[in-house]
Amino acid sequence: MNGKIYLDNAATTEMHPDVLEAMLPYFKAQYGNPSSIHGMAKYAREARERARASVAELINAEPKEIYFTSGGTESDNWALKSVAFGNRSKGNHIIVSKIEHHAVMNTCEFLEKNGFEITYIDVDEFGIVDPDDVRKAIRPETTLISVMYANNEIGTIEPISEIGKIAREHGILFHTDAVQAFGHVHIDVKRENIDLLSASAHKLYGPKGAGALYVREGVKLEPLMHGGAQERGTRAGTENVPGIVGMGKAAEIAKRDMDERIAKETELRDHMICRILEEVPFTKLNGHSTRRLSGNVNIAFSFIEGESALMLLNHKGVFVSTGSACASGSLDPSHVLLAIGLKHETAHGSIRFTLSYKTTRGEVDEAVDAVKEAVGRLREMSPLYADHLKIGTNKTEV
Amino acid sequence: MYDGVYSAEVMDHFTNPRNVGEIEGASGVGTVGNAKCGDIMRIFLDIDEDHVIRDVKFKTFGCGAAVASSSMATEMVKGKTIEEALQITNKAVTKALGGLPQVKLHCSLLAEQAIHAALWDYAEKNGVVIEGLKKPKSDIGDHEDH
Repeated sequence: MNGKIYLDNAATTEMHPDVLEAMLPYFKAQYGNPSSIHGMAKYAREARERARASVAELINAEPKEIYFTSGGTESDNWALKSVAFGNRSKGNHIIVSKIEHHAVMNTCEFLEKNGFEITYIDVDEFGIVDPDDVRKAIRPETTLISVMYANNEIGTIEPISEIGKIAREHGILFHTDAVQAFGHVHIDVKRENIDLLSASAHKLYGPKGAGALYVREGVKLEPLMHGGAQERGTRAGTENVPGIVGMGKAAEIAKRDMDERIAKETELRDHMICRILEEVPFTKLNGHSTRRLSGNVNIAFSFIEGESALMLLNHKGVFVSTGSACASGSLDPSHVLLAIGLKHETAHGSIRFTLSYKTTRGEVDEAVDAVKEAVGRLREMSPLYADHLKIGTNKTEV
Repeated sequence: MYDGVYSAEVMDHFTNPRNVGEIEGASGVGTVGNAKCGDIMRIFLDIDEDHVIRDVKFKTFGCGAAVASSSMATEMVKGKTIEEALQITNKAVTKALGGLPQVKLHCSLLAEQAIHAALWDYAEKNGVVIEGLKKPKSDIGDHEDH
């Protein structure tokens, strides 16, 4: 096998060449600080505002509702902490799903230590939040509901407009972590009643270190970073102008190409899922078959452990990720895979493949061939597989 | 990618593991670990009348370090007497592998435990007492050692 097959686009993407080209002048000739008074500031300011408009347009927001940040994690932290602390006099209760990204989960843990109460909503076997469960969790003191737009591990797209409607009816603010969905799914913050939304540039062929928080006009925003008057006094610090320009360009391209990208990726995604499920025995798709990000494939392979599969695939030049604890050094496998009801050992044997707009059918086929070989090899040395063959059941089942 | 995490020896034993398989009618078989935690190791020993380990095979469900530890441990006990095999500790396995990341040290401990469990099984089957060998825990998968 020649070259590299990168199927970890949910981790990060390769920058689009037009994005890089758009950014370059702002490292060199147009290096001005947007806050300066002189002529050098003008171009940086104008570029920043063009980017703001592009980001806003992608989600049907107004430019003044977009605040640039360093990325998805900062946006999530900012949204949750700002709403929690800013509305403390109204209440101390927050509702989130059980499959949120750590940027939300660990912020919630921090808020719990600071006197807030968090309700973690279960998901079904596909990772879908039932809006009715959200409704039932609402208390008089609830100030925020935060449910991710699409899950980073299993690609499940959540019923955002239903949850948004419930939040609005109850006068509760609704935040969504859209880091995986921004530019990959049609988002309309107005129609979906979204009050705050987190986005990142590097998941969308843009640069790392650039992100945005959408905050609906009228929602009070407390600064996370205190200092200068940037972002209308809410987010201090000299702007990452090249990053912001890159994010704007990535958003502009996404707006233009989204339908084409979704169609192409969906076809490859389903081809990959079908091939693996048909050609590799004892496999299961994690997540939903259709309510799913177009680039996400996540498969549970019984009797094997994900990190060793990752290493064999890596050896073949196929780059993927796994929900196994062994790959992260932590004790437990992915909280998302456990939340959808996977047994620990199945969660350990789950592998995520995430496609990009550039992924080809040839790459997918080569990757599937490599997966078949790796899984076969690991099963040959797996005592769980040996037991299964001998007694027809997995006696070490948990 | 993994070259920075794992030593060359670990990579070698992972990509080209020695002694994978099973032994029909083995003198002793030991299984340790817990699928919940992501590692299970099973060791098969073929021990002759002079207490020499003539052959050894393993099957492992686990990460790269678990596979490499199994492979290295089987290489280290092959041809040794029971008494010599008992002296092979997880530290020795780790050292022979050129070190393991801190979070993977339990893999080498699992290999030591699997050998001990197989020896215990042999001792029980044959009604012999092996000096210094303790009854293995049926499951060390709770990772108290982390």
